[in-house]
Amino acid sequence: MRNEYALLKNRPGNFRRGHAFREQVNHLIVYIILIVCGFWFIVPFLWMISTSLKTQPQIYTFPPVLFPLPPQWKNYVDAMNFAPFGRYYLNSLFLCTCVVIGTLFSNTLIAYGFSRIKWIGRDVVFVIVLATMMLPGQVTMIPVYIIFRKLGWIGGYLPLIVPAFLGNAYFTFLLRQFFRGIPFELSDAARIDGCSELGILWYVILPLSQPALVTITLFSFIWTWNDFLGPLIYLHDQKLFTVTLGLQSFISRYWTPMNMLMAASAVAIVPVLVIFIYAQRFFIEGISITGLHGR
Amino acid sequence: MLKELRVQKEKIRSLTKQEKRSLRLGLAFISPWIVGFLILILYPIFSSLYYSFTDFASFRPPNWVGLNNYVELFTRDDKFFLSLYNTIFFFLLAMPASVIVALALAILLNSKLRGMTFFRSLFFVPTIVPAVASAAVWMWILNPQWGLLNAALRLVGIHGPPWLSSPDWAKPSLVLVALWGIGSEVIIYLAALQGIPRDYYEAALVDGANSWQRTFSITIPMITPVIFFHLVNGTIWAFQYFTEAYIMTGGGPGNATLFYSLYLYRNAFTNVKMGYASAQAWILFIVVMVATLIIVVSSKRWVYYEE
Repeated sequence: MRNEYALLKNRPGNFRRGHAFREQVNHLIVYIILIVCGFWFIVPFLWMISTSLKTQPQIYTFPPVLFPLPPQWKNYVDAMNFAPFGRYYLNSLFLCTCVVIGTLFSNTLIAYGFSRIKWIGRDVVFVIVLATMMLPGQVTMIPVYIIFRKLGWIGGYLPLIVPAFLGNAYFTFLLRQFFRGIPFELSDAARIDGCSELGILWYVILPLSQPALVTITLFSFIWTWNDFLGPLIYLHDQKLFTVTLGLQSFISRYWTPMNMLMAASAVAIVPVLVIFIYAQRFFIEGISITGLHGR
Repeated sequence: MLKELRVQKEKIRSLTKQEKRSLRLGLAFISPWIVGFLILILYPIFSSLYYSFTDFASFRPPNWVGLNNYVELFTRDDKFFLSLYNTIFFFLLAMPASVIVALALAILLNSKLRGMTFFRSLFFVPTIVPAVASAAVWMWILNPQWGLLNAALRLVGIHGPPWLSSPDWAKPSLVLVALWGIGSEVIIYLAALQGIPRDYYEAALVDGANSWQRTFSITIPMITPVIFFHLVNGTIWAFQYFTEAYIMTGGGPGNATLFYSLYLYRNAFTNVKMGYASAQAWILFIVVMVATLIIVVSSKRWVYYEE
C-alpha cells in the first residue's frame, strides 16, 4: 500500500529500507500467484483452440502437441458441415433477440412502477419480487411445462420467449436501483408540462438509464445464449435447436472427432466472447451492484 | 399476515382520490410482473404441491395417491438418497473451496498494483462461456489418457487419476470445473473489499498490525456479509447443479454424480413420472429453505454488520 510510506516517513531510515524491500518481495509474490492462477483460467481456452487445429493423430500423442503445424483450419469447416451449426446459430440469435426485446419491455415498465410511482403497499410487493429470486426453478418447472403443453407451445420457442415479457426479478431489481437514483424533479417538471407516466418513462427515464439498459440487454442475451435446460426441455426438433443444444448433441455422439468438437465449442463461445471484449465494464458493474451471475 | 392484509384493506378504503389513482397506475405498470408471478410462480408452486400427491404421468389425468410418492422416496428409492448425498457432498466440497479461492483471488486483485484489471478480466471470462462448451472442453482436458491435465502431471512424474471416469474422482473433478467459473464471485468479493474504508487499515498500521493481522482482523470480518450472500446462493446453486453433470458424466460412473436436479429431471422428463418428480421438487424446496434458514440464523453469530 502506497500510503504506508507516508506513515513510515518519520521512522528510522534502515527500518524504512527494510520495509520497502519486503514490499517489493510481496508484490513479486502477488504477481507470481496471479500469473499461476491466470494460467488456470486461460489454458482451457488455449487447449480448446490448439486441439481444434490438430490432425487426428496429433490429438492422441504424448507429450501433447501445443502448436499444431500446419493448423488445420478445415476442421472448422468440417464441424460446420458435420452438424447444421449455421442453422443453430440463427436459431440462437433469433431466440436471444426476442428474449432481449421482452426483457427490456417488461422490466422497464415493472421497475418504473416500483420506483417512480408511489403507491400504497409498493414496498411490500417488492419484497415478494425479491423473495422470488430465492425460489429454485425446479419447483415450478413441471407445472410450467404442463401449462405450456396445454397451450400447445411445446416444441417451439414460445415457452422460452414469453416468460421474458413477464419480467425477471434480477433485472427489475437492477433497473429499480438505477431509476431511483434519477432526480424526481425531472419527472415532476415533465408531469407539470402534461406528460403522462409512460411519456416520462420514455422521454425522461430511459434516455438517462442507458448504462442499466445495456447491462440487462447483455445479461439477458448471454443467459439466453448459454441456456441449456430450457431448450432441452422445450425443443425437440433438430431444426429448431439452439447452439448449446446442438453442441450437446454433438458431444453425446461418441464418434464425434475431438478436433471438430473443440472447433464447434470455440464457435459457440465466439459471440459471448466478442460481447465481453466490447462491453466488459457493464458486466463487472452489473455484478458488483446486484450480485448477478455470469451464468 | 391476515391482520396485515386487513390493515392494508382498511388503508385502501380510506385512500384519497389521488392515492387511488397512483395505486391504479402503479399496478398497471407492474402488471407484466403480476401476470408472470401468478402464472409462472404462484400457481405452479401450489400445483406442483398438488401433483406431488398424485401419480401424474403427463398424458393421463392425475390420481390422488396421498403420501405414496413421499413414502416411496424415503423408504424404497435408493437413488433418491444417493442423489441427496451426492449433492450435499458436492456442496460441502465446492463451497469452502470456492469461498477460499474467490476471496484469495479478490484479495490479490485488490492489491492495487499494475495490471490488476487485466487479471480481473481474465478470471471473469470463463463465467460467460456456455456451460455446454466449458463441459466439452473440460471433458477433453480431464481425459485420463490424452487430456492436458494428466499429460502435465505425467511430465512431472505423477500418474494422474482417471478424473471423470472414476467414482471417487468424478465429484472433485466437477468441483475443479466449477472453480474455473468462479469469476463472478471474485468480482463481488472485490467490490466488497474496495468498499472497506481505508482508515481502518491506516489505524491498524499505526498500531503495528502486519498484513496477516490486517487481513484476519479487518478484511475478513468486513466481508462476512458477502460470504453470507455467497453461501446462500451456493446452496441454491448446488441443488440446481445440472448442465455440467448432465453433459460430462450423465450421472455416472456408477451414479457417483447423480445429483439431485439430474435425478429430478430424469424422473420428470425421461421416466415421465411427474407426480413423483414434483414430490422431489418439493423436498428440494424444503431442504433449500431449511438450509437457508440455518445460514440466516447462524449468520447472527458470524456475520459482521457495521452500525
